Amino acid sequence: MLFMNDHADTIDALPPEVLLAPSAMVRGAARGKDVTIVQNSEEHWVALVQAIATAHDQTAFAELFRHFAPKVKAFLIKSGADAGLAEECMQDVMATLWRKAHMYDPSRASVATWIFTVARNRKIDLLRKYARPEPEDLPWGPEQAPDQADVLALQQESHRLAEAMKTLPEKQRILIERAYFGDLTHSEIAAETGLPLGTIKSRIRLALDRLRHNMT
Amino acid sequence: MQDVNHHISDDLLMGYAAGALPQAFDLVIATHVSLSDESRARLESFEALGGAVLNHVGTADLEEDSFEATMARISAAPAPERAPSPEPAETGIFPAPLRDMVGGDLDAVKWRAVGMGVKQCVLHSGKDASVRLLYIPAGQAMPMHSHRGTEMTLVLQGAYSDEEDRFARGDVEIAGEETNHTPTADPGEDCICLIATDAPLKFNGLLPRIAQPFVGI
Repeated sequence: MLFMNDHADTIDALPPEVLLAPSAMVRGAARGKDVTIVQNSEEHWVALVQAIATAHDQTAFAELFRHFAPKVKAFLIKSGADAGLAEECMQDVMATLWRKAHMYDPSRASVATWIFTVARNRKIDLLRKYARPEPEDLPWGPEQAPDQADVLALQQESHRLAEAMKTLPEKQRILIERAYFGDLTHSEIAAETGLPLGTIKSRIRLALDRLRHNMT
Repeated sequence: MQDVNHHISDDLLMGYAAGALPQAFDLVIATHVSLSDESRARLESFEALGGAVLNHVGTADLEEDSFEATMARISAAPAPERAPSPEPAETGIFPAPLRDMVGGDLDAVKWRAVGMGVKQCVLHSGKDASVRLLYIPAGQAMPMHSHRGTEMTLVLQGAYSDEEDRFARGDVEIAGEETNHTPTADPGEDCICLIATDAPLKFNGLLPRIAQPFVGI
């Protein structure tokens, strides 16, 4: 009864139009109107996660898997996992993505950021053998849809951050990457990144304030 | 939500976002972030940096049956039909990550007296860092001490002051090796703190030095 029975081969075997067309429909349905798909944009990934959350859309999941699974596995290998463990852990992360799609708040994180946090936590579970203490959840659910302007602003800032990352001097970029691969001890981490994190912070703060306001 | 006055430094927040801190510090930061939306926004911006790193990390080859295996995991434990509503706000003083660690709120803490009315409970002690709850009676001064490493103190109830500043619920004080202070709990309410240290404390006075092995800090 479950998923992908029509596409029993690996995801790479799916023709590109299968991956694209249904998510265009889904996205149109989710927003109530047709929207042009811009491949690989942050907003596109948001639409796919929302399609999983609202409609258990397997094709949307397949597209996310195709893009993010090889990155998650590469991230885990660079974090010190061997290929076997990285594969296991990646599958766990992607399955969590499916299960927790309704928890994703696009006014506070890009899909890449959200997947990073899931992968980081799973990595700590497996490599360091303890459940990482996480901040208390904020009340969140489908009934409290985020403000669309907030979502757009945050996703654009995330795109800008990704672009800024490309223009960093290599030495600095490598230092940041090493911090996130867990290659640096906490006393070696310097938080001065030269990246526009302040604007992202302001956006997230605004979204949190709205969430608090909705709760009261 | 009224925010707190003393937040965690950027390097520690980034370390937490990256997953590079000892478990003891993870607990204090997760608890502090639960009490401060400003710190939560800063943390999530460092997580956005992690997202950017993921975007740039390149790709690794997957197993041939990778996708099917993932779908099998999903069908073995499918998504819940509806988001479970978060627990209603608790009446206690411990945010969720601390409540999970203790196994309850304040009344579940197994305190040990360490003298002068002060009590403590070690929650976790690792090879690189440890974390404990400390209970200081209202108006009580702590022994003068300095530090070998980093000490992170989060106030959960009451308040304390040292020569420099005053710290109340949600506030974090980070003391390094240069810090040498005498914190005193405010009169009126007993002060409860969550403290992570990455090295044992050293006390300046003779008596507290003798007491140190019993205190276990």
